[in-house]
Amino acid sequence: MTNKNHNWASQRDEKNLRMANATSIINNKFVRTENAKELLETLIQPNDRVVLEGDNQKQASFLSETLASVDCARIHDLHMIMSSVSRPEHLDIFENGIATKLDFSFAGPQSNRISKMISSGILKIGDIHTYLELYARLFVDLTPNVVLVAADKADKQGNLYTGYNTEETPVIIESAAFKNGIVIVQVSEIVDKLPRVDIPSDWVDIIIQSDKPYQLEPLFTRDPQNITELQILMGMMAIRGIYEKHHVQSVNHGIGFNTAAIELLLPTYGNQLGLKGKIVPYWEVNPTPTLIPAIENGWIKSIHSFGGEVGMEQYISARPDVFFVGKDGTMRSNRAYGQMAGQYALDMFVGSTLQIDKYGNSSTVTNGRLSGFGGAPNMGSNPTGRRHSSTAWQSLKPTDNPLAKGQKLVVQIVETYNSAKKPVFVEHLDAEKVQKEANLENVPIMIYSEDTTHIVTEEGIAYLYKTNSMTERQEAIEAIAGVTPLGLRSNAKKLNQLRNKGIVALPEDLKVNRLAAKRSLLAAKNMEDLVKWSKGLYNPPAKFRSWS
Amino acid sequence: MEKLYFKFTTTQPVTKFVHVGVVASGDLEIILRPNNHSYSTLNIITGSDGFKSTWSNVLSRFFDRYPLQGDFEINDFGATPGVVNLRLSQVMEVLKNEQ
Repeated sequence: MTNKNHNWASQRDEKNLRMANATSIINNKFVRTENAKELLETLIQPNDRVVLEGDNQKQASFLSETLASVDCARIHDLHMIMSSVSRPEHLDIFENGIATKLDFSFAGPQSNRISKMISSGILKIGDIHTYLELYARLFVDLTPNVVLVAADKADKQGNLYTGYNTEETPVIIESAAFKNGIVIVQVSEIVDKLPRVDIPSDWVDIIIQSDKPYQLEPLFTRDPQNITELQILMGMMAIRGIYEKHHVQSVNHGIGFNTAAIELLLPTYGNQLGLKGKIVPYWEVNPTPTLIPAIENGWIKSIHSFGGEVGMEQYISARPDVFFVGKDGTMRSNRAYGQMAGQYALDMFVGSTLQIDKYGNSSTVTNGRLSGFGGAPNMGSNPTGRRHSSTAWQSLKPTDNPLAKGQKLVVQIVETYNSAKKPVFVEHLDAEKVQKEANLENVPIMIYSEDTTHIVTEEGIAYLYKTNSMTERQEAIEAIAGVTPLGLRSNAKKLNQLRNKGIVALPEDLKVNRLAAKRSLLAAKNMEDLVKWSKGLYNPPAKFRSWS
Repeated sequence: MEKLYFKFTTTQPVTKFVHVGVVASGDLEIILRPNNHSYSTLNIITGSDGFKSTWSNVLSRFFDRYPLQGDFEINDFGATPGVVNLRLSQVMEVLKNEQ
């Protein structure tokens, strides 16, 4: 029985009512910069679900600062949904009594403070999501009332240009625009004609010109100057023992010096081994400058990116065969598609971590630091519904079961001890303690043991996918864990048994000469070399410049 | 700064002088001279105090795998156990290459 008076458009009515209350400060979608606070106080209501765009790099910093300044007597108990908690005011919003609940993915720079706020009860965590989980939930049970996002430019009709740093703006806007949510955009500039339209004006409710351009961080830039010979050794082992062995064609590299070393070894060591054209022509990765030598040397056919990277704009525009570039000449990034590619299209993920336990679970959540994980849990997991025919995926298929499937390669590269001389291999992850302290439903593990197929340390490679019991898996981890407490459980006899089975390989087994692991083997030794490789097109941010 | 001394019974006398590594931040140098004993001596100067048992573990494991006999002088400037092991293994590889 239906009630014929039932209002099936109550959410739309609610949105229209809120918009009507703000008409005095809205001029055909446009709101003046100085009216931003009044606008948010009018359009946002207590208990709303609010998405605040904070990507890895691009931050809706004007809107987040404005939200942190609203009157908490009018706006309180907000449920914030943010993929990245990276700016101080992201947490001021909670400290100032405006919001109480948080769903997020990554909290790198604010990871210490977020831990403290949870334990003092100021902030309640919904979930710590992978990026794809968070985006997907926006279309299921976390549909937003209001979204606060950032774009580079708007035209007079309200179309948006997000360009190079499109990242997650489209997926956030779509979740609100078609489910009665209010879309509020900060833009750095209002122009007559956009270079191209990334978001149609029809999806946008409010545009505010920000007082200054949105914050943008060069998060993925690693100065080759800081790459160590140990990282070069591990990179050489990975190239021989994994990339070459499994004929890996498509890859994502996590951020870090270990993977930067591999990128800079391709045009040197990779060429010496005759691997050009045979491995990793296809990449899903941010446009990290350490890839420039491999691109220029002809290694790479295609790169799709989650986001941009400061300083790489001109270089990318000049290489549209490699990158995804619009007709206007700027790259289009898309974090949601990037994560999807990572899960469903790539042969391999290679990353690093702060701790690995005896089973092979790994996490970057350590005591007092609730960092979340960025892209790693999506990149570093094996979607079990896949049915790839690629050589790499098939090469991990067990031979004793006719119905068996292949597996995505998920590789962790770590030094057995970190630079503070703390063991990376541990009996129990700190994350187990953090779960109890923060009252989380799940232990914040970044990559699960069952998904981890290879671990590389300075000692050698453990081929975990070849082990046939948890005991054997633990022994393989111990065999390459050096003199950490876990590693000391192994001995020469156990090591040699595992080497004979092909479960562990030492540098000599891979024909990797430790003496060749020298910095002179890197295709670029510093930032200046990268600029030279780019023919002057790469323009490093000031903090990475040591020359004039 | 800390001075450490270790002695290990070893079986493979070296015949050549070997030098690997550098005294740079996070790194170390190893100087190996032949001796006429049936054991190896290690005189270590390290910038990181309080890691004697870690040194002992790294060295025990190394000499267990590669029982090189000689007098080792090690000058360490904050190398991780991984870097120490790499430099020791490089000593072994230098000697192997010259055989």
